[in-house]
Amino acid sequence: MPVNFFPAEFEVVRNADKCIKCRACERQCSNEVHYYDADYDKMLSKDSSCVDCQRCVCLCPTGALKIRPNENAFRKSANYTQQLMIENYRQAGTGAVLLSSMGTPKDYPIYWDKILINASQVTNPSIDPLREPMETKVFLGKKPSGIKKNPDGSINTEMTPYLELNTPIMFSAMSYGSISKNAHESLARAATELGTYYNTGEGGLHKDFYKYGPNTIVQVASGRFGVFKDYLDAGAAIEIKMGQGAKPGIGGHLPGAKIREDVSKTRMIPMGTDAISPAPHHDIYSIEDLRQLIFSLKEASEYKKPVIVKIAAVHNVAAIASGIARSGADIIAIDGFRGGTGAAPTRIRDNVGIPIELALAAVDQRLRDEGIRNEVSIVAAGSVRSASDCVKAIALGADAVYIATPTLLAMGCHLCRSCHAGKCNWGIATQRPDLVKRLNPDVGAQRLVNLVHAWDHEIKEIMGGMGINSVESLRGNRLMLRGIGLSQKELDILGILHAGE
Amino acid sequence: MLLKEGEIRIPSGCAISGLISRDGNRINGGEIVKSISYMHDRSNGLGGGFAGYGIYPEYKDYYAFHVFYNTNEARERTERFLDRHFDVINLSRIPTKKIPAIKNEPLIWRYFVNPLPTKIASSQLDEKEFVAKCVIRINNDIDGAYIFSSGKNMGVFKAVGFPEDVGEFYRLDEYDGYAWTSHGRYPTNTPGWWGGAHPFALLDYTIVHNGEISSYDANRRFIEMYGYKCTLLTDTEVITYIFDWLNRKQELSLEDIASIIAAPFWSEIEGYEKSEPEKAAKLKYFRNSFSSLLITGPFSIILGYTGGIMALNDRLKLRSMVVAEKKDVVYIASEECAIRAICPDCGNVWSPRGGEPVIINLSEEGKRKCL
Amino acid sequence: MKRVYVNEDWCLGCHLCEFYCGFANSGETDMAKAYKLDRAAAPRIRVEEGDGINFAVQCRHCTDPLCVKGCIAGALSKTKDGVIEINTDKCVGCYTCVLSCPYGCIVIDPKNNGRTITKCELCTRNSAGEPACAANCPNRAIVFEERGEA
Repeated sequence: MPVNFFPAEFEVVRNADKCIKCRACERQCSNEVHYYDADYDKMLSKDSSCVDCQRCVCLCPTGALKIRPNENAFRKSANYTQQLMIENYRQAGTGAVLLSSMGTPKDYPIYWDKILINASQVTNPSIDPLREPMETKVFLGKKPSGIKKNPDGSINTEMTPYLELNTPIMFSAMSYGSISKNAHESLARAATELGTYYNTGEGGLHKDFYKYGPNTIVQVASGRFGVFKDYLDAGAAIEIKMGQGAKPGIGGHLPGAKIREDVSKTRMIPMGTDAISPAPHHDIYSIEDLRQLIFSLKEASEYKKPVIVKIAAVHNVAAIASGIARSGADIIAIDGFRGGTGAAPTRIRDNVGIPIELALAAVDQRLRDEGIRNEVSIVAAGSVRSASDCVKAIALGADAVYIATPTLLAMGCHLCRSCHAGKCNWGIATQRPDLVKRLNPDVGAQRLVNLVHAWDHEIKEIMGGMGINSVESLRGNRLMLRGIGLSQKELDILGILHAGE
Repeated sequence: MLLKEGEIRIPSGCAISGLISRDGNRINGGEIVKSISYMHDRSNGLGGGFAGYGIYPEYKDYYAFHVFYNTNEARERTERFLDRHFDVINLSRIPTKKIPAIKNEPLIWRYFVNPLPTKIASSQLDEKEFVAKCVIRINNDIDGAYIFSSGKNMGVFKAVGFPEDVGEFYRLDEYDGYAWTSHGRYPTNTPGWWGGAHPFALLDYTIVHNGEISSYDANRRFIEMYGYKCTLLTDTEVITYIFDWLNRKQELSLEDIASIIAAPFWSEIEGYEKSEPEKAAKLKYFRNSFSSLLITGPFSIILGYTGGIMALNDRLKLRSMVVAEKKDVVYIASEECAIRAICPDCGNVWSPRGGEPVIINLSEEGKRKCL
Repeated sequence: MKRVYVNEDWCLGCHLCEFYCGFANSGETDMAKAYKLDRAAAPRIRVEEGDGINFAVQCRHCTDPLCVKGCIAGALSKTKDGVIEINTDKCVGCYTCVLSCPYGCIVIDPKNNGRTITKCELCTRNSAGEPACAANCPNRAIVFEERGEA
């Protein structure tokens, strides 16, 4: 056996006084970390296989387990960190591109945490959402730029197709294939109960889920997996995925191991083949091509559904968004670079794109400067982590937010960032039947509904504090925000004042 | 250093009062001064003002510009601009009375003007839009000049001081009009800038407002997409622009405007879905299309316009406002005392519900007399 | 009546129900202690495994229970709430009930060297409050609910 250049990342710590050898950990670990040794009459572990998903810790009935980072340390360097060294060892061993999952763990600025929210004092009453009406209904789509009258003088109340959300929170795109059928079912059922929308991602729509169509956004990505007439007809809106925050400039890659029978049927590709989305849409090499795809999809769906264009937040995102707003899209979804992914090249995930806060602020301001903010709604995505992030996003100018990582957390994910391995112990990012069944959609849907209800309550609470009783009065209301510890340049881009001003 | 309006957003509490004779009988300005004076404690001496309608019958076809100047140089620059764009029929200082309570007054001038037809034609704008653009341009571009009233047969009078002193200073008992509104201000800080007092006016629209709206920046950033520039950062300014855009430019009725800026709650709209589906559809359309014009937070406003006044509360009714009537006169005020002060035996006193507009227009007789 | 139901779609075969059952009926307040000191009861629920399907089995508390009918000592009885209880003082260890139970749910109690049987009593005679297997199932495969069955 060749020399192993780096040690296990994690260490399994088992409290012998507590371990009752029930072997639940062993049965639950798809990485085969835990095992029973008859000679010792003890549970033992193979630390190097552990990904720190915390499944065993959560299920251990006596709380006997702990997973902690291996404290073994390479000689410290601020430049060549241990992580970087391990990555180089790994690549020297395999010759391969490094793959990662979920959002970047790197220490980039999180602007949400450098923005503070206002509240009413004295001159204006705060509002108690438990006693007064407090509204979070949102419409997404094109708005008229003025009143149109009918020949009889009455107001023409016809609108272009729109989405109606009971809460400004939608579930972001995660494809069937990258996540399990039970995860999709949980999302679909929760979206239906909540009066919001979930997004199929680029993997098509499983035949069992067409019934959730009125609360489904169907995605059309560069691979066009599973796209056909019934699919387009099934959803409430169609999303063209131009990019993803976690991996701008490249397409998705679903390994063949995840393409089992149902995924293969849904994606309309052979079993066991890798599903590789091209980096660009090969029919979109420029903005005028995008317009053609938008209108092709509108034609195909008889102009009954709004079309969303989702883009990754990149350096010139404001100009791109302006182009999209003039290209017939009804909604623009902007995905920041801290957003999650089921698999992405590590170097791209950790280095390409810009934060959603800056992208959102720049896009909203640009569209207003050009007087075309009414042409589109804006959905912010890519690391919206809590109700307060939602409030800040809306105050910066978003009409609604997309959340994905929090939905995974609701279903059990512990952000071990090993989705690409396909062995998710929580039954989410896997297609292995024995693992998939670990996520009971009754439980998953309920927890998702709880999560969004909780966030919605918090949004209402925060709005009430500001003296706002409907979410539309929060949208773009940047005076309600102040920066803390930000440079003047950052404040200018965010369009907010510094705390104390 | 204290920053003035436009450099900083200053919250204020306030008193408002208004009255209108539906039959167009002319009411002396002294009445409104007396009314607002009874709410002395709702102001703190840092701003008061009035708007009178039907006060310039002899010049009713001309735009009456009331202007503050800091310097004579500003006046000269402004007058050169006016000469280039308008036919100036009459100009004079607005008559005032020196009183100890009102100090540091700027130069206060009044012009009766009509825009030059050739200038309107070359601007490709309609007449009102042309006038509005010129007013905004002077206010933005000429340092030390500020047009605070620009409608026909109406005028705004405002200053830093208690409203009753402002009324005396402007000698309002020498004016008669069919409608008046007034405002006493309670700002939480102020540099004492006269332009920052209320009413705020654009063309013949005037707004007096009591409250502090929490939706301000959402409203501002929306309305600024349509060519407005909120330079004062006050609620009153943005509300005036919203009315101007929805009423003058989009030609929406005042009732419809009320259901946009103080929109009914969804629970109420859903209630109409069965009984009045068309009404429900219209309300839903408004809330969807003009959601950024919803005004939240406390407000009570009186909008003055040629031929009428409208009072409106925010939809939660977070500010007091009372309406009363006697014969053809309708009174509106923050507190009932301000009405009883000038009409002790008024009847039909009521508090409009939150979001319920009270719109009082001149009767046919009133229109004949005044318009 | 409220009964324990198992949905094999969601049963993971983690066997935790067995351990929670043994603990719930141990009389101990600490699970580790119950097992370390060998005071845990024999589990009255058992996970059957095979071919990717797992299923936890325990007494169904039949409306017309064959075990009660067959008991030669009168040790098994049905309470007014429908729970089938065992009186171990009366049990003679004849195993007639074991043979007659169509579901194989009667457990020969190893803790008593097989001299008596034990069985699920829906945690009505311990301090768990509600059936510990259902309360602790990590995937809601075991539920304790009313389905309108007699």
